[in-house]
Amino acid sequence: MMRITRFAARTTGPADRVADFMAYLRDNGIGLGVLDTGLAISALTHIRATDLTEARLALKAICTSSAEEFSRFDALFAAFWTNRGRERAGNAAAKSNERQRAPHVSDHEAMAGSGRAERPDSDGVGEAEQNGQGRLVGSPIRNLMRVDLRDVVTKVDMEQAEAVARQLARAIRDRRSRRQKAAKHGGRLDMRRIVRASLATGGDPARLFRRNPPDRPTRLVCLLDVSGSMAVYARVFLAFLKGLMTADARTDAYLFHTRLVRISEALRDKDALRAVNRMSLLAQGFGGGTRIGGNLAAFNATYAKRLVSGRSVVLILSDGFDTDPPALIGAELARLKKRGCRIVWLNPLKGWQGYEPVAAGMAAALPHLDMFAAANTLASLAALEPELGRL
Amino acid sequence: MSAPTTEWRVLQDQLAATGYVAADDLAMALHLALMLGRPLLLEGAAGVGKTQIARSLAEWKATKLIRLQCYEGLDAAHAIYEWNYQRQLLAIRAAVEGGEAGDAIEARVFSERYLLERPLLAAIRQPVAPVLLIDEIDRADEEFEAYLLEILSEYQVSIPELGTITATTRPMVILTSNGTRDLSDALRRRCIYTYVDYPDRATEMAILRAHHPGLEATLIGQIVGFVQALRREDLEKTPGVAETLDFAAALAGLGINDLTSDPVALQAALVTLLKTQADRATVPTEVAQRIAGKAA
Repeated sequence: MMRITRFAARTTGPADRVADFMAYLRDNGIGLGVLDTGLAISALTHIRATDLTEARLALKAICTSSAEEFSRFDALFAAFWTNRGRERAGNAAAKSNERQRAPHVSDHEAMAGSGRAERPDSDGVGEAEQNGQGRLVGSPIRNLMRVDLRDVVTKVDMEQAEAVARQLARAIRDRRSRRQKAAKHGGRLDMRRIVRASLATGGDPARLFRRNPPDRPTRLVCLLDVSGSMAVYARVFLAFLKGLMTADARTDAYLFHTRLVRISEALRDKDALRAVNRMSLLAQGFGGGTRIGGNLAAFNATYAKRLVSGRSVVLILSDGFDTDPPALIGAELARLKKRGCRIVWLNPLKGWQGYEPVAAGMAAALPHLDMFAAANTLASLAALEPELGRL
Repeated sequence: MSAPTTEWRVLQDQLAATGYVAADDLAMALHLALMLGRPLLLEGAAGVGKTQIARSLAEWKATKLIRLQCYEGLDAAHAIYEWNYQRQLLAIRAAVEGGEAGDAIEARVFSERYLLERPLLAAIRQPVAPVLLIDEIDRADEEFEAYLLEILSEYQVSIPELGTITATTRPMVILTSNGTRDLSDALRRRCIYTYVDYPDRATEMAILRAHHPGLEATLIGQIVGFVQALRREDLEKTPGVAETLDFAAALAGLGINDLTSDPVALQAALVTLLKTQADRATVPTEVAQRIAGKAA
């Protein structure tokens, strides 16, 4: 049995209560404007506002605007409007933190796997045992549950990586212009202009104007491995992603370690410090084990269905050390490939001398890749430019 | 609920009378959209009945349904209006030969008579407010979203040659999205939002009863149990409500009264539910029988 809470002393009526509720939703990350409050109040006049269920349904329709908000709303509503929730309303923020901390549990599990978390799991023949001239160094105690990304991203690295990323994004744009050229042959007639012009020539369409089909921009989708074995590269790659995002706002980015997190929104944040803060929240479990196959499966099952099409380039930044069975990587990449996208795998280890993709996961992935390239230094990233253009 | 019937419950009942069983979320959102004169944005997987709600609404309101199917590259000429170029060219030729002055020709050629209405313009010029269904808005380009936003907030269309056309009636607007890309916040904010999920067991059974009144209650229970179990399998294309209805129709056509009775016929009827080769391979006869056995 739910009862409506008594009005707080400072509020004078239902309208104030609704305004309070809107503020509460805003605090909980649901974007609502001033006009929405008015809309919510007028919505309540069209229903029996004293009925809790009706009020919930009505405010849900007004206040939410995405599937994610839609699924969270009922809990927020109950927390604010009912006595039971009221007692815990102050804890609501703490509660959501709790939910975000939940992955710790799985991280512990993941780390129970072979190899130490800060080093790649390896069977002894993998790259981890080799020496090379790459920049990979064994990371000391990097295996913190929460690594604050402010420490991870230094300014110089960030600027360099962003610059390289912008170059790469430009390479992909070059590809667009090539398509446009081909379209010139088959442009459609622009009848509106032709008719206008023919007024002057007495109805004879003397000049033919043409329209070209619009550009079909390529969309980049980036999956960044931030597991322990990738920790030394994470800082640069994050900045790299930010650069890609700056060059084309439609770029989509994800982090994965033991689970997959979408960071597009966080990276798009114009306030750089806040962006980093948001990401450190998202990247809890940063520096733990990797589940490449499982994360690809999760990606295929959710985001890929909506956001990957024949015009996408999927960029995977990972060393290929996986705690999931290698067959899974192969199967999931094949599934991803079916969506018509091109898949580029950037592996920092490939820059090493004498590197062979012997890690079972990497070997299973190879047949499905359109491009497999080194990414251990900024120079090697920059060298990708012509190749990406050709893709 | 034992409370006295309120307006949105009435709406839910009225929709049910047209054969559309709406969940509470959806009925309330639609009620508010109508009351507040806002567009309704429906998101959800393909096949959960997003498009159908517009048809049912039009049927209930006994008004016209104007549908705009979005696709990549949809532009103003296909969505709002276009000039009838062929007739314009002919008219210009005829007028020139008749010795008409240039200004007069221009005024005539760019007038109502030569204007082709596309769905969005047609929707704001109806004598009776129609239902405007903008289907799969996520497929259209972002530029088109901007056009749409303007029309949905002002309910008017500016045609450079003709001036501004203001709405005679405000259409009831329903937008649907399958989420192939993220919609802009501006558009989301304009709209009343609801997420349409696959129906729960009771709702789906009610839908089946509404569409196939001839089916036996036990078979309806089996069908719904079967489809809902299938939705939990790892499929490339999860069957929607439309598929459930097709499946029921197929079973009725094959004369099946019990899902477990005829494995071959059940497997044949699965073509209505599983739409890709991989999904067919995921559910061979044995698996189908196991699921059917559980559903029975």
